[in-house]
Amino acid sequence: MGRTARIPLPALAVASLVLVTTALAFVFFVVPNDANQGFSQRIFYFHVSIALTAYACFVGAAWKAFRHLTKQDPDADLESYVLVHQGLIFGTLVLLTGSIWAKISWGHWWLWSEDQLVLFLVLFLFYCAYFMLRYSVDPGPRRANLSAVYALFGVVLIPVSFAAIRLAKGLIHPVVFTRHGPNFGGWILVTYCIAQAAVLVLAYTLYRLELGGKRLDGRLRELREALA
Amino acid sequence: MLTARRLGKRYGEKRVLRRIDLEVPRGGFLVVTGPNGAGKTTLLRICAGLAQPTEGIIERGVSRGQIGFLGHDPLVYRELTALENLELYGRLYRVPECRERIGMLLERFGLWEVRHERVASYSRGMTQRLALCRVLLHGPELLVLDEPYSALDEAGAELLDAQLAELRGERTFLLATHDPAHVEPLASGRLALVA
Amino acid sequence: MTYARDVGALARKDLLLELRARDTLPAMLLFVVATFVVFHFSLPAHPSKLAASGLLWVAILFTALLGLGRAFVPEREQHVFDGLVLAPCDRSAIWLGKSLATLAFLVAAQVVALPVYALFFRPLTGPAVLGVALADLGICAVGTFLGAMAVATRARELLLPLLFLPLAIPIVVGGVGAGVADSPGRYLGFLAVYDLLFVVICWASFEYVVAE
Repeated sequence: MGRTARIPLPALAVASLVLVTTALAFVFFVVPNDANQGFSQRIFYFHVSIALTAYACFVGAAWKAFRHLTKQDPDADLESYVLVHQGLIFGTLVLLTGSIWAKISWGHWWLWSEDQLVLFLVLFLFYCAYFMLRYSVDPGPRRANLSAVYALFGVVLIPVSFAAIRLAKGLIHPVVFTRHGPNFGGWILVTYCIAQAAVLVLAYTLYRLELGGKRLDGRLRELREALA
Repeated sequence: MLTARRLGKRYGEKRVLRRIDLEVPRGGFLVVTGPNGAGKTTLLRICAGLAQPTEGIIERGVSRGQIGFLGHDPLVYRELTALENLELYGRLYRVPECRERIGMLLERFGLWEVRHERVASYSRGMTQRLALCRVLLHGPELLVLDEPYSALDEAGAELLDAQLAELRGERTFLLATHDPAHVEPLASGRLALVA
Repeated sequence: MTYARDVGALARKDLLLELRARDTLPAMLLFVVATFVVFHFSLPAHPSKLAASGLLWVAILFTALLGLGRAFVPEREQHVFDGLVLAPCDRSAIWLGKSLATLAFLVAAQVVALPVYALFFRPLTGPAVLGVALADLGICAVGTFLGAMAVATRARELLLPLLFLPLAIPIVVGGVGAGVADSPGRYLGFLAVYDLLFVVICWASFEYVVAE
């Protein structure tokens, strides 16, 4: 992330805007209707992109956490925290877009048969607890260490939970909603890539924005300290 | 033995220590004084390795197993007996000839008779004496004592005086107290903290 | 094998403390039986195999939480944690010793709870019991670890269930599956993998939880 950290924030904001607009245009105007599900399937381009971005945030947070614990990188704790925050925001969006899709396609606001959705529900609970943990400890090395360890647990939980959800399906016999994956041909692939890029750049922009804000807070506090 | 440069500690918004420099040579005896809230306890905890400074650096010439710390809490389990407590610490600190050393310390501090009774039944003075046994059990090179006299009764204070006099020069001491006059004869250095 | 002896001394200390205080284990026993009775009244008659199994695991989880919440109380109330952290032994021994002691309490509670469950609801198969045993390892390892984290915060015991439950979901899936599925081997294998994974990660990172 060293080189990207030097890209100025306004440039990122513009890039996000351009990409998101392009993605929206492609999703709504360029791509043909899905044979099975029609219009509602379009939300999937964003749903999947947001989901992968959220995973990227959580993995990134775990990486930063690891760096904090092993290399004592002084910035890593704040970066890890902001990444978890972004991950949680996008995770919430996954739940929302997934829910909307479920309502449009199947008439239910929630489907236990959707693995991705259930996984995000578990992760949502887990990372909300991260915030409760963080707010329950005074700022300092203690809080940073506890947050870092918990973030590492989170990244291990992702595959384990996914496996568990899959296993649980074998027990409960759900009404199987078959969803035929899109044939990844032509415009569909292009649209998906644009949507994914858009969401990733947007996420990174928000990350830089929040990180900058928090760093400023920290700097202000240090100044107040020095003057006191 | 112990060096600290520009040590600072902050808990959230609250600053407890600001730019402390100290140096304690091997065999030295540093007396730390200051009013309540000046940060004596925080400083001693940092020196013992229980807390990390938020600014500055601290260097210790000894490993964890060679430090003995006595804080405001005796750090003993109230539901265990004196013997059980010391046996646990003896095990964790890998004290050689543990049984003999425990017996010797309990006897020296007048706790041999009550060694099989739970700490919960002890008086405050007795508990503090047990805490001193715990601190001395592994024969630490560096002793960090935070107001050790405060909870002691008269007999206990005399025992502690004798112990400090005996070890002065052999071991390194960092002692915080409200009554510096009492330990003045032993001191090799003084550090006064301001609130 | 000084590490093993450290762990042994620490686990022995916890067992001794419980033997003297005698509060956690009786509470867990009473709680789990009372929970079963509540379940009887909150469910329709003759619950299905799956529903009954689910009940068992909810009861196990919350009984375990009861015990786990109490695990670090002696260290916290008397601040003895500092004493253990100062010692030169490997900090993970503190976690392992405490986990083993908690495991002993949980198993002791289950020795009563499982027959009572079989009496009230339905009998337990061999794989189901094996599932409980494997799950106990994971519950105690992760729960003790999180308990140490929770104790360092302001919210303390309040935080433990919040931290623990998302991590316990895979355990429940494994446990229920082991008791209910036609081929329990998959679920038992999953529990074993969970245990291995989390025991290693707990063991490796406990150092960072206690050191400031």
